[in-house]
Amino acid sequence: MMKKIYFREWGLESRSYWMLLVVLAAIAAIGGLAALYMEHNGHWVTGMNNQIVWGTPHVFAIFLIVAASGALNVASIGSVFNKTIYKPLAPLSALLAIALLLGGLLVLVLDLGRPDRLIVAMTTYNFKSIFAWNIILYNGFFVIVGFYLWTVMDRKMKCYYKPAGVTAFVWRLVLTTGTGSIFGFLVARQGFDAAIMAPWFIVMSFGFGLAIYMLVLMDAFKRDQRPLGDAIMRKLKGLLAVFVAANLMFMVTFHLTNLYGTENHAFEVFIMLNGGIYTALFWIGQVLIGGLLPLAILFHPTLSISRGWLTAAAVMVVVGGWLTIYVIVIGGQAFPMAMFPGKTIIESGFYDGVDGMAASYIPSIPEVLLGLGGVAVALVVTVIGIRMLKILPISLADEVADPHASA
Amino acid sequence: MNNTQDTNQKRRQFLLKGAAVTAAAVAPGVMLHTAVVAKPLGEAVTDAVRWGMLIDAAKCADGCDSCVQACNDENGLDLLQKPQGQAEDLWDQQIPKWIRNVKVKDNLSGHVTNLPMMCQHCEEPPCVDVCPTTASFRRADGIVMVDRHLCIGCRYCMMACPYKARSFVHDVVEHKLTRAPRGKGCVESCNFCVHRLDDGQTTTACQDACAKEGHDAITFGDLNDPHSEVSQALKEQSSTQIRADLKLNTGVRYRGV
Repeated sequence: MMKKIYFREWGLESRSYWMLLVVLAAIAAIGGLAALYMEHNGHWVTGMNNQIVWGTPHVFAIFLIVAASGALNVASIGSVFNKTIYKPLAPLSALLAIALLLGGLLVLVLDLGRPDRLIVAMTTYNFKSIFAWNIILYNGFFVIVGFYLWTVMDRKMKCYYKPAGVTAFVWRLVLTTGTGSIFGFLVARQGFDAAIMAPWFIVMSFGFGLAIYMLVLMDAFKRDQRPLGDAIMRKLKGLLAVFVAANLMFMVTFHLTNLYGTENHAFEVFIMLNGGIYTALFWIGQVLIGGLLPLAILFHPTLSISRGWLTAAAVMVVVGGWLTIYVIVIGGQAFPMAMFPGKTIIESGFYDGVDGMAASYIPSIPEVLLGLGGVAVALVVTVIGIRMLKILPISLADEVADPHASA
Repeated sequence: MNNTQDTNQKRRQFLLKGAAVTAAAVAPGVMLHTAVVAKPLGEAVTDAVRWGMLIDAAKCADGCDSCVQACNDENGLDLLQKPQGQAEDLWDQQIPKWIRNVKVKDNLSGHVTNLPMMCQHCEEPPCVDVCPTTASFRRADGIVMVDRHLCIGCRYCMMACPYKARSFVHDVVEHKLTRAPRGKGCVESCNFCVHRLDDGQTTTACQDACAKEGHDAITFGDLNDPHSEVSQALKEQSSTQIRADLKLNTGVRYRGV
């Protein structure tokens, strides 16, 4: 018989809690000021141009949005697939999902050319545009996951728990399909145009979201000195390893498919051999930091037991994940479009990839600050959420979380 | 008694003045309204016309950029100034360009071709498909353009365009022409000099400039009219669409590419 699990607000000492909140709020405010600066002057103060039209803010936004849907996964395993050990993890999972999506959307919206026209985006829809669908999917996510969180936390809402959980799970899959399809549908660009983008983004979301979840869980429990047993961490660790491996498999499949068709050889050479910064980020960021190194730690018999190494692996998945999005989004734009197959552009008045040259882009400081501001907003929401609501279990020690763990 | 007459007089004067002011305020509105309705500008365009262009790359002269200059002048692009503090090369990558010269070399034969590139005014424009707010739209007469009131500056259309035809306005716009309004944070591209066409003219600035130089590389007109110069020229000799594999049925066709 499993012990009953109790939840309680984050009991961090008041001073430490406010200090944490002030630091995060300050980072968020700096991000806001950066957005104001870019908005006031126009995008010329950023590194973006008419060739690289989506820059660093998009990398942050897409990373956070993808991670948001992935963070919900932990809850779904409990509510949809009935894995009891995951059920106490559900409230934080739902809260993180909402917080990360909020942070990502803020960055996305504040990088628009006309953020003041957000109401236009909310009222005038082109239903052939996956962007328009995403607006509905993102808004729906807040409502559905918010409702799901309610059913998890309120005993009176118990009867809606299962349907809400299933709806949230299906919705998150559709949402990430939508995010991946933003790129999958771009037929003109060789770096994007691929149906695998949608499922690949889902697999990425599993990894990014879980890594962030584990980091927040470990940190929140440590700061409040709540016991976090190995049983639960073993489960999460194994899951993260599977997700990282699956991400690598999708990456290999994407590139192998490209390599098979001659028309995409130039793009593959660009990413893998002579793409400068993008090649470096691909091998070091995407493959090594985001894939092989965390995998080695997670499968290592002794390292994977250490909380320090586990933290390192999760941080690597996050950093490598961010760099993966950078390579996909910015590298895909930097590679010149094949407008004249069989010909080389030798002169152009509009940077059309003269002699195959990549478009240039150097991220500006305000862009990075805006992105970090989005991360800070997500963390502020999470910190306030766990402080005000009964989100975290009092204990996740082995005998509470999984009495049969030692067996 | 006098007092009463005075008061009546004043009332009459007040009413007269009031009527005169009201008439003066309302009349132009009524008149202007009538005038606008009477103009063909108020009529919606129809698909009876499909504007299109044929570019003969063999006639496009090496080193000539008269079409680019004419477009910049016609659409007020040359009024945009480099923001203070911005590096020349960075600004050149950020300033809107509706038409540009491209020189391509055949990988096998080494044959070199000059051609102008701009919005290809597709029948199935990817920019229109991806635009979340319907700001990017195609008129019934085939012109693909941006509704500057609906554009939120998301730049998804720039990602989707196979011809890299679109530009983003990166800076505050100090000076602009009435016929080519623009503002910071919106996307724009060639619109076949739509202000001219809506005004009853039938040529674009780039076409005029090319003809003036004596190159005549650009032919523009109604693709639906079998007797138009552009239709006749397209019928006479073969032409190609850039990225024909995408099956977008472009309104701009090329010869000699």
